[in-house]
Amino acid sequence: MAKITYVTNDGNRIEVDAANGSTVMENAIRNAVPGIEAECGGACACATCHVYVDDAWKDVVGEPEAMEEDMLDFAYDVRPTSRLSCQIKVRDELDGLVVHIPERQA
Amino acid sequence: MRQAISTDVVIIGAGPVGLFAVFELGLYDLKCQLIDILDRPGGQCTELYPEKPIYDIPGWPAITGQDLVHRLMEQIGPFHPEFHFNRMVTKLDRTQDGRFRVETDEGPVFEAKVVVIAAGGGSFQPKRPPVPGIEAYEGSSVFYSVRRMDDFRGQDVMIVGGGDSALDWTLNLQPIARSLTLVHRRNEFRAAPDSVKRMMALVDEGKMRLVIGQVSRLKGEGGVLAGAVVKNPEGETEVAVTRMLPFFGLTMKLGPIADWGLNLHENLIPVDTEKFETSQPGIFAIGDINWYPGKLKLILSGFHEAALMAQAAKRIVNPGERIVFQYTTSSTSLQKKLGVA
Repeated sequence: MAKITYVTNDGNRIEVDAANGSTVMENAIRNAVPGIEAECGGACACATCHVYVDDAWKDVVGEPEAMEEDMLDFAYDVRPTSRLSCQIKVRDELDGLVVHIPERQA
Repeated sequence: MRQAISTDVVIIGAGPVGLFAVFELGLYDLKCQLIDILDRPGGQCTELYPEKPIYDIPGWPAITGQDLVHRLMEQIGPFHPEFHFNRMVTKLDRTQDGRFRVETDEGPVFEAKVVVIAAGGGSFQPKRPPVPGIEAYEGSSVFYSVRRMDDFRGQDVMIVGGGDSALDWTLNLQPIARSLTLVHRRNEFRAAPDSVKRMMALVDEGKMRLVIGQVSRLKGEGGVLAGAVVKNPEGETEVAVTRMLPFFGLTMKLGPIADWGLNLHENLIPVDTEKFETSQPGIFAIGDINWYPGKLKLILSGFHEAALMAQAAKRIVNPGERIVFQYTTSSTSLQKKLGVA
């Protein structure tokens, strides 16, 4: 179990208890976090669940794999902390994770 | 007027549910023509998750999207469906004799007694890149595909993307463009390594430009593009551009279906749960595109809908003919149709 905080583009903070093994995208959808669309349903095929991992968490979360990096080409305003939230699996070390929702999805 | 292809049933969408509809309709001797905007069968299964396992197809504990489509194609083989790929259905009208006239963009026209919409999430269309104000240039300076290469002759062309489409068009248009700039977010490309090598060689020879970054702003007036600003961590680069070709993948849009006079419910087509018929008799909707109370967007639900729809379609195509319900396991007449008896 891990607590995840989604910071929306207008500064709202939404805290969610997430089960290990679920994805950061799934928890956003289940809790109706605005700004995460996940058009493809988590297949790493659309880049509409794009988030910025908070700077403090970048190293713990880690780097995207090649397929995700490819898909990030289609996202809006990609930064060094960009990840697709469907590819971040919740685990104990991520307790307290903060992700920021971009201004818009692609 | 073009000669129309006459058939029993036109199926719009060649995803898993559209494919299985061929089987159910085929058991009742109904001939099908399928139209899809993609270049191969399978819809979302092949476009979004060809290598991902699906776990809820009855009898298959795990099967990939691509495998399921292969097996469906094998299963419907005996019914010889005809496919029309890379075509979008643009118009659907009822003719005076009560049949339907189905028109495609720059493709064949069909006349059918029944139309089955199995269009899933709508048609896959090129994704608009997230650049503010880009809409104003679409169709005049910004294009999502190349219809005629001549439109790019002597132009300052900017291609955006790092996949095969972006690289292929870079190599094809570079010789005829006045200048060509390829913009990609990073220095790694998804495209075939050979294309990347050839592109890099052109850059080295000074014949084109590669800019790493993301397009952040466009400059121009009245739909006439003059330049684009590319942003990267080092700063901004402005490039003179008169034609832009962004390749940002595909997204699903309802598209022209909205113009066919059907009742819609939040971009879905309401149907009854006996025949899966729309508000227009003779037009059915099955799979993810339809809506009814309790609807679940599952492939298996679409298969069920196809089976019931086929009964109703048969009644329209051969009115008055008695419909005998039979099992493929025991019916020799069905087995003959399947080529196994």
